[in-house]
Amino acid sequence: MTADTFFQHLANALSLGSLYALLAIGYTMVYGVLRLINFAHGDIFMLATYFAFYIATTAIMPWWAVFILAIVLTGIFGVVVERVAYKPLRDYPRMSIMISAIGVSFLIENLATVVFGGRPKAFSVPELFSGLVMFGNVRIITVNLFIPVVTFVMLIILLFVVNKTKTGMAMRAVSTDFDAARLMAIDVNRIISFTFLLGSLLAGVGGVMWSLKYQQLQPLMGIMPGLKCFIAAVIGGIGSIGGAVLGGFILGMIEIMAVAFFPGATGYRDVFAFVLLIIILLVKPSGLLGKSSADKV
Amino acid sequence: MADTKKRNMILTIAALVAWIILLFVFDKVFDPFTMRIFNLCGIYVTLALSLNLINGFTGMFSLGHAGFMAVGAYVSALLTLSPATKAMNFYLAPITPLLANVQMPFLPALLIGGLVAAFVGFLIGWPVLRLRDDYLAIATLGFSEIIRVVITNLQTITNGSLGLKGIPRYTNVWWSWGIAIVAILFMVFLMRGSYGKAFKAIREDDTAAEAMGVGVFRHKVLSFVIASFMAGVGGGLLGHLLGTIDPLMFRFTLTYNILLIVVLGGIGSITGTVIAAIVITVATEALRFLDGDIDLGLFVIPGIPGMRMVVFSILLMCVILFWQRGLMGNRELSWEMLLPARRSAARKPDPSATGQSEGKRD
Repeated sequence: MTADTFFQHLANALSLGSLYALLAIGYTMVYGVLRLINFAHGDIFMLATYFAFYIATTAIMPWWAVFILAIVLTGIFGVVVERVAYKPLRDYPRMSIMISAIGVSFLIENLATVVFGGRPKAFSVPELFSGLVMFGNVRIITVNLFIPVVTFVMLIILLFVVNKTKTGMAMRAVSTDFDAARLMAIDVNRIISFTFLLGSLLAGVGGVMWSLKYQQLQPLMGIMPGLKCFIAAVIGGIGSIGGAVLGGFILGMIEIMAVAFFPGATGYRDVFAFVLLIIILLVKPSGLLGKSSADKV
Repeated sequence: MADTKKRNMILTIAALVAWIILLFVFDKVFDPFTMRIFNLCGIYVTLALSLNLINGFTGMFSLGHAGFMAVGAYVSALLTLSPATKAMNFYLAPITPLLANVQMPFLPALLIGGLVAAFVGFLIGWPVLRLRDDYLAIATLGFSEIIRVVITNLQTITNGSLGLKGIPRYTNVWWSWGIAIVAILFMVFLMRGSYGKAFKAIREDDTAAEAMGVGVFRHKVLSFVIASFMAGVGGGLLGHLLGTIDPLMFRFTLTYNILLIVVLGGIGSITGTVIAAIVITVATEALRFLDGDIDLGLFVIPGIPGMRMVVFSILLMCVILFWQRGLMGNRELSWEMLLPARRSAARKPDPSATGQSEGKRD
């Protein structure tokens, strides 16, 4: 492998890792406040791509307005899912909410297949993102440059919200101790909705950029990235935003590089994430940046 | 008390005999399509019971069932396919000489399929069952996906993504329901014995169970391995019912379907699972009319393919949201419940009877 192709793979891995990171943050934040694997997160990500597709084909708007509208719609949808499917079950055992999450994901997938059609759709990409940039002999598609930059900006905004604002402080409080936060007069329902909003907005950003990168939409496209990004969150240490980002990048890097260096492993590409997950769970179950917690009796 | 016990025993045997006679009649009366649904019911009873053993009775959360079913289905199918059909199937790459000429009857093939699935379950359970709750769920989901991808890539053994076709259709109503009845009886006796009590203790509180001297990890592995065996046998039955299998069949949507049967029937209820398996299998077939055009006389609603699954998943969400405990909760349907007149007469002075009826109300 020449250095040029290596750098091309590196750019690809960085942009894939960024997308994984954006999605993984949603998982990690929801898990932080509710201790719930939001199985529907991958499907919310899928909806973002279809929102963008349909707004772009029906309304006359500049592309950035289309994307922003799609992302906002996705955020609202995430909040609605929480209100309808998770909130009524909050006092039930955790298994019930998880089953509800599986049910929602099942429903969204089936509904999307009926409404959007099962056949893949082609996403038309604005020229800005499909250009090629040359760095010496290394050719990089512009979208692969945009994705890490946008992700970085999103991350800065998110960290600001979580660490510097009052709502962010309440979020951290809820994730540290749900009941104590409620006793401290924090409006837990509002904070949970806000968490879902943030997570789904980021999933929306990720979804739109995903369709810019891969240009193909399918109703079931959210399942695999969804699972992998939950795994990325676990690898990084669930509940930690930095960990989710780290996990996302590690996963993106491994997937692209393993296939680049060992072309024979192409068929096994979707397995790397799961193997990595099982290794991490056995060696360091709290994840790379997570805090381990002992069992309280 | 001994009297009612004896009566219950007689009633159970009578019901069993009645069911067998009924199956015999069905087999003669109904067309193959309807019988296929009956077969599916039986297979889903076995599969849902095995998932309920892990999720309902032992209180773990496994989402790996599709993987074990795939192992059972592939192993048993490879053992019953005739060498000639195998040669036809493997046109991309020839099958390994080890398997090319093996052929055996259905029962040993099914059992070997189940045993291999159980062995895989043991290999997976050993490391993974140390995890809890949602971590366990995602790890088992991961393993079932790994199994599927490995099957897709082992071209010379499993025929890869082309799948296996022309599997002899051995599964009839006797096989599917015979094994289902064996599975039901096995579960009933397992849950009555010391193992069942240990499983339930782990479900309620595994730290407390450990303190009481229950070997938690050993029992968890045992429950997982038994369930994998049953899943493998169920997968084998399914393969020999459909006649063709391919890796895409065993995606995690299959696990979800079985999980939903368990949820609807009540997590931790044998009778609930049996009823739900029948209801859901029949309902998914009954809802098939939604996919075609609906003729209302004056006008025709054009059918939308896939509508069936949407309605199905909405119904399911309603159960999850408004009917948390499912059909049976974690109770069992008993003869006492079915014969309320005699129960109230026999138990009126018993204070526990009122407690029971209160428990039933929620």
